[in-house]
Amino acid sequence: MIKHLLSGGDLDADTATEILDTAAEMATVAGREIKKLPALRGRTVVNLFYEDSTRTRISFEAAAKRLSADVINFSAKGSSVTKGESLKDTALTLQAMGADAVVVRHPASGAPHRLANWVDGSVVNAGDGTHEHPTQALLDAYTMRARLGRLAGLSVAVVGDVLHSRVARSNVLLLSTLGAKVTLVGPPTLIPVDIAGALAPATDVSYDLDSVLPNVDVVMMLRVQRERMNDSYFPSAREYARRYGLDGPRMRRLPEHAIVMHPGPMNRGMEITPEVADSPRSTIVEQVTNGVSVRMAVLYLLLGGNNR
Amino acid sequence: MTAYLITSVSVVGAAPTDLLIRDGVVAEVGSGLNAPDATVVDGTGLVALPGLVDLHTHLREPGREDAETVESGSRAAALGGYTAVCAMANTSPVADTAGVVEQVWRLGREASLVDVQPIGAVTVGLAGERLAELGAMADSAARVRIFSDDGHCVADPKLMRRALEYVKAFDGIIAQHAEEPRLTEGAQMHEGEVSTRLGLIGWPAVAEEAIIARDVLLTEHVGSRLHVCHVSTAGSVEVLRQAKARGVRVTAEVTPHHLLLTDEVVSGRSELASPALANNWSPAGVYDPVFKVNPPLRTASDVAALRAALADGVIDVIATDHAPHSVEDKECEWAYARPGMLGLETALSIALDVLGPEWDLIAERMSRTPARIAGLTGHGVDPAPGVPANLTLIDPAARRTIEPAELASRSRNTPYARMTLPGRIVATFLRGEPTVLDGKAVK
Repeated sequence: MIKHLLSGGDLDADTATEILDTAAEMATVAGREIKKLPALRGRTVVNLFYEDSTRTRISFEAAAKRLSADVINFSAKGSSVTKGESLKDTALTLQAMGADAVVVRHPASGAPHRLANWVDGSVVNAGDGTHEHPTQALLDAYTMRARLGRLAGLSVAVVGDVLHSRVARSNVLLLSTLGAKVTLVGPPTLIPVDIAGALAPATDVSYDLDSVLPNVDVVMMLRVQRERMNDSYFPSAREYARRYGLDGPRMRRLPEHAIVMHPGPMNRGMEITPEVADSPRSTIVEQVTNGVSVRMAVLYLLLGGNNR
Repeated sequence: MTAYLITSVSVVGAAPTDLLIRDGVVAEVGSGLNAPDATVVDGTGLVALPGLVDLHTHLREPGREDAETVESGSRAAALGGYTAVCAMANTSPVADTAGVVEQVWRLGREASLVDVQPIGAVTVGLAGERLAELGAMADSAARVRIFSDDGHCVADPKLMRRALEYVKAFDGIIAQHAEEPRLTEGAQMHEGEVSTRLGLIGWPAVAEEAIIARDVLLTEHVGSRLHVCHVSTAGSVEVLRQAKARGVRVTAEVTPHHLLLTDEVVSGRSELASPALANNWSPAGVYDPVFKVNPPLRTASDVAALRAALADGVIDVIATDHAPHSVEDKECEWAYARPGMLGLETALSIALDVLGPEWDLIAERMSRTPARIAGLTGHGVDPAPGVPANLTLIDPAARRTIEPAELASRSRNTPYARMTLPGRIVATFLRGEPTVLDGKAVK
């Protein structure tokens, strides 16, 4: 098993499958009366969050606690520089406290990589800037496999603000490794340059959502952040919703078995309508549930739980 | 004054000869010179060049003496073979008045390791809003001739036009940091495959090329002189090639790091333009801010174009953009790190790799032409009887592995840590007095 989980690209197919299989076992814990395993008793997991993310932090916290780890939540909102203490100094503090794993969310791309240079324990990237969010990709893959029975050969459309999306990057890397075919869809202003060469050569790019929908097994809608609307990436929220939003008529262009995903939180009415978000095809709530199982699996495997 | 007799030294790559230095000037050049009162320096196997001149150095004083001082930067320069450096204006306070440029100039004289020629800011506080007192700086004791807002682009086209026109009165030059600011908002590295992979906002090549294109047209229109700082893209080279072909009075510089490193090093890969130097070297890791620089490291094809342009003269000089930063400003997240790299102590080695042992070309790109652009009399002149003895002695056969802790700069942000580089500066003479002997600073 790898020591850190910093990128979806860190995982080969066998390791990724091992995590998904372990997550499936962990999922059974959630159905028990006492939702707890002793696997990481005596271990310390630090949630180091430099930006707000209640959903991700709680998910990691629940995962660690279900494995009986001690959890320290450290909210360091704002940049480390403006706060006066550097990331390196914080890392050395965590080191001194004996953290076995550090789950880090940071607004700067690459911050978890820097942290991994300075601590002995495992580092889990819980989202860094516009770079990656590998456990989100794992929970997405888990959800697809649970719903559709396989990953190899699936056709997945990732739609929206790919440029700024850490979820998209991690999904492209992981899904390609696991044999799925990814098509990135969005306005050209929100598709990064050289994306296929940068991440996975088999990745397709399309600017036309309607032409893509009939041929996919999964459509993953990305959140459009409000500030993008004022920076000329597209003319207006209304035009964006018309061209790239998933509404009822568009959903009906999907094959019958296809599912709709969203990493949340959603802008209802912009990238996704309530009719779609609340439909049986939507996996949005399942994704949240599966997130805890996947993060349990990641912490368990990274901290050597399988060797104890 | 002490006399020095340098024996059997190859002057700019020519056949070995002796050089006698006396009273600050080269007294004699020839075989079998005899001077009993002179200190003998064995020049066997060494090459003598006119002392190197750097058009683009950040000395950080006043304001950030923790990162560098005029004195420590001067020592680094001397160890790198330089006898003159042009100190950039982005100090704190900014060098935008006669008082600040004179302060830097006097600190340089006191250190007396290299000639420190201050560069004045184009605009007050580098804010890009109104012209600084360019004439007062030109008339000051520092005799400023180059003006630059380096670190910032003079983005306003009307202000740039005014600056280019105004400095004609005293034959000044505007040295532009070419960066269209709207196209680089939030930018962290070169826009391309690597920035996409790493999730860092891209600094597109066109942001540099568009400003250079605009500025050469303005320069042509007003009949002034423009110098383009740290050219980094193949497209910029083509803009400059066309401008020069039309006779525009534009010169350009390239940094050692843009001649060697590609944007792939940011992702932890040791893909260099020089396979010889990539051997047994690898970056310390992904997102290492030691590689964060402005303009950013570009692609392998850009590096190839820059190398070709340096050789054929479209790019006139190698300038270091020596940019010392404290450990705190570099040992942090990539996005928060300050851009810049050390360069003075390693530039000659990179030039050797790029230009090979073509000593005349190295002298042209690193000494004669930069001295001419900056108007530094007494520098950039090949050793010959009667000329000021500003020269550097190089052992081209030596190789050295760069250890950051051993550098003379107060900062440690060299991108070449643990890289084995060709060549070694054995001695540097400033007006006949050694500032470096046996590879060590004399004071």
